[in-house]
Amino acid sequence: MIEITPDPIDHAAITDRVRSHQAGAVCSFLGTVREMTGDRRTVALDYEAYPVMALKTLADLETEARARWPILELALVHRIGHLDLGEISVVVAVSCPHRHQAFDACRWLIDTLKEVVPIWKKEVWADGTEDWVHPRGELPRLRLPVQDATLPIQSTPDDDLIGAD
Amino acid sequence: MPSTILLFALAREKAGAQTITVDLPPSPTVGDLKAALAIACPALVPLLPTLRIAINSEYALDDHQPIPLDAELAAIPPVSGGSRPIDQEP
Repeated sequence: MIEITPDPIDHAAITDRVRSHQAGAVCSFLGTVREMTGDRRTVALDYEAYPVMALKTLADLETEARARWPILELALVHRIGHLDLGEISVVVAVSCPHRHQAFDACRWLIDTLKEVVPIWKKEVWADGTEDWVHPRGELPRLRLPVQDATLPIQSTPDDDLIGAD
Repeated sequence: MPSTILLFALAREKAGAQTITVDLPPSPTVGDLKAALAIACPALVPLLPTLRIAINSEYALDDHQPIPLDAELAAIPPVSGGSRPIDQEP
């Protein structure tokens, strides 16, 4: 499930959708609107996407993640538009046979999503100013990261001793 | 040939428009497109070093890359989460 939506995200429904009888582990990540960044106070975030490219890039992420981990079900949902404090901007949910796989896949997906998917956010500060968040002014990465030597562990003896994670 | 470029986020705000139309030479490259952007919209010049060009929803690899006919073109400012400081993690 890949989606970009202007509507509030039902994270519990998304997590439920990725559950599977083949899964021993489901891992969900929620990105939420934080009030304080250092000593600056945020009142809202405005998210903007290049929808066609963002959807394509999310699909590329799914393909790459499925090549790396034995993912059973996966959801990548990003909200756009005006979000108030505490609201959910992004949900990543994955199910895998074992918990290590689910944790690793979920972490990789959210980290890479934030680096490559053309979605921008603007901070609306409490002092009335606004800033596009362009961390360090760096360029977006050109490609998905190449698979490295830290391959996911497919299973461990510990997993096999435990029926579910 | 006249070509339309989609603008997003800071680039859209600086240009004051969601798209900009520029005139490109025959067999244009990404470099030609950036040069045309600078002429058509001087407000974008300060952003050009950080802008990536997307051709049909793929990041262009360098300024020498050719632009095919009828490609969808976009100017992509740095995205919101790239290499942020750790203390800006959600």
